[in-house]
Amino acid sequence: MRTLYGGQAVNEALTVAMETDDRVFLAGEGVGVSIHVNPMGPTHGLLERFGDRRVRDTPVSEAAIAGLAVGSATMGLLPVVEIMFFPFVTLASDMLVNHAAKLRYLSGGRTPVPMTVRLKAGIGFQAGCHHSHNLEAWMAHAPGLKLVFPSNPADMKGLLLSAIFHSDPVMVVEDLGLYRMQGEVPEGDARTPLGRAAVVREGADVTVAAYGGAVGMALEAAASLQEDGISVEVVDLRSLVPLDRETLLTSVGRTGRFVMVHEATRFGGLGAEVAAMVAEEAFESLAAPVRRVAAPHAPVPFAPVQERAYKPGPEDVAAAVRSIT
Amino acid sequence: MTPPSGDLRREILRSMILVRVFEDQLTRMVREEHPPPGIQILSTGQEAAVATILALRDDDVIVSNHRSHAHLLARGADPRDLLAEIMGKATGVNRGKSGTLHLIVPEVNVLMTSTVVGAGPPMAAGSAFAQQYRGQDAITVVFFGDGAAAEGSVHEAMNLASVWKLPLLLVCENNLWAGAQPLRVHCAGEGVASRAASYGMSSERVDGNDADTIHDATLRLVSEIRAGEGPALLELATYRMHGHSEQDPQHYVDPGELEEWAQRDPIQRYQERLLAQGICGEAGFEEMWREAESAVNEALAFAEGSPDPPPQGIMEHVWAPDIPMDGSGYPVEREERRGRAEKGEG
Repeated sequence: MRTLYGGQAVNEALTVAMETDDRVFLAGEGVGVSIHVNPMGPTHGLLERFGDRRVRDTPVSEAAIAGLAVGSATMGLLPVVEIMFFPFVTLASDMLVNHAAKLRYLSGGRTPVPMTVRLKAGIGFQAGCHHSHNLEAWMAHAPGLKLVFPSNPADMKGLLLSAIFHSDPVMVVEDLGLYRMQGEVPEGDARTPLGRAAVVREGADVTVAAYGGAVGMALEAAASLQEDGISVEVVDLRSLVPLDRETLLTSVGRTGRFVMVHEATRFGGLGAEVAAMVAEEAFESLAAPVRRVAAPHAPVPFAPVQERAYKPGPEDVAAAVRSIT
Repeated sequence: MTPPSGDLRREILRSMILVRVFEDQLTRMVREEHPPPGIQILSTGQEAAVATILALRDDDVIVSNHRSHAHLLARGADPRDLLAEIMGKATGVNRGKSGTLHLIVPEVNVLMTSTVVGAGPPMAAGSAFAQQYRGQDAITVVFFGDGAAAEGSVHEAMNLASVWKLPLLLVCENNLWAGAQPLRVHCAGEGVASRAASYGMSSERVDGNDADTIHDATLRLVSEIRAGEGPALLELATYRMHGHSEQDPQHYVDPGELEEWAQRDPIQRYQERLLAQGICGEAGFEEMWREAESAVNEALAFAEGSPDPPPQGIMEHVWAPDIPMDGSGYPVEREERRGRAEKGEG
């Protein structure tokens, strides 16, 4: 199979969706003409290809961008809007949390909101905490919002395609670091189903669950632990809402040990939910306490040395695994 | 100004009377021993806004706000479905999930009603975008209040709608109150319509208690919008005769001010005008009030006779049906249920 960069995989998903269905349009700040010239970028070349009816540069107005998506989706279009950096989602949060998430419910099931929001996220590009802040736990806490967070180019394409053609609002978090990751990506309309985790490495001694860029960390840690004779199973959650409880519990049931990894802050993070669920549902299987690897409860610092220390790494995952094996 | 046809003016009056009778029923119920659940937010005194709705086409789309009854009834929503919803019944138009605050009636193109003040305009811009995208000449009309005019979302929506020339009519019902705050303490400048100029859009500020004037102004702005000239803003200068909700005793309102506005009651004024101009006689008015009372009584009987939704229906309509989810937030899994059964828990 051919390989693509993550950014190209996103670009291909958008291309396939727009070619497949005229209801799909893109909107956001710089999705047409960007200040960045990046031929590997997620929306590069789409304005030229599909024209300004379907690729819409917006004012700097996150509430209006999200409102555009909600309103046009309730009218039957399939909007794909972009929030340039994850922390800016706070400006759009009323539209997402109070409207996109709740309109199906408020209408008694009569008003689906088939919209997709692409959120560009990540820590480690020295932009500070107004550009780096992973808020997926906020999003997951809003009933009615679905949420995916892929870890590789194939899923960046496949989950985005599933999101676009799904009838609930789906938040798709794109880890900026993965735009430059290479991986095999199937051609055409190749969708990754929502609500299905993937066991990306099989192992016998401990289950490490992660999503987004943290999956790479978990795999790196697993490779180094293998040298010490510790066999790690890595589960890529990838779909956070709905979350594939079954795959996770099956894995923990076999290994008896569980470590949860994410780049977002630990306190109140998604790992807290997953760890609690594992403790409730798989207590008899657990041979050791559950561990979490996550960022400290502080904003993302700017100084490069602090930012590196802030972001969890493979060595943190390995240390957590060693502490329970 | 050319007044609407006699038929249309009688229709406007009939619509205002239905709104008044429907809402007076709610006012009475709030004071009864077993009031309807929740708070009741009424448009009493602002009924002339129905003239905006009656200047539209059926395929135009409405986005309403917390003070929605006039918009919905004028649009033709069934009073039975609305009252059952307001009373939290299973037969309500939104199956009891909405109540009075978020009534959504897609069959009459009331796309949504948002109670988050100022949230309507961005979504209405989205609806108008969908109409433009499909090459339709239908438009979207969004109602908001003077309080909402202070929300950033309203300004974001006006800017986007104007830059993109979206077919959107923004209707500000300026009733001079935002909660307990009068206009002079919450709204800078002279009203709301003047703000349209900074976004390069047409606007009109009209007597919001005069249905003919409202109808006329709506037609003018809508014809510009349909011609592709972009959004417009219509400000209806009116007055909130009741409190923010029926639970609000209006202790902060000067009774003299209420008395003054009562003299400008939109229904009374309209009846007097139609009588003077020979459009409708006393017998015609009486028949309209009687019809409205009968419709509301029927709605009340329907709502009172309707069952409550089942408590176990909480999880209905949260998610798309293709991935069933339970109240834990996780998908319902066949495999998982089987596993539980094997452990003797199922």
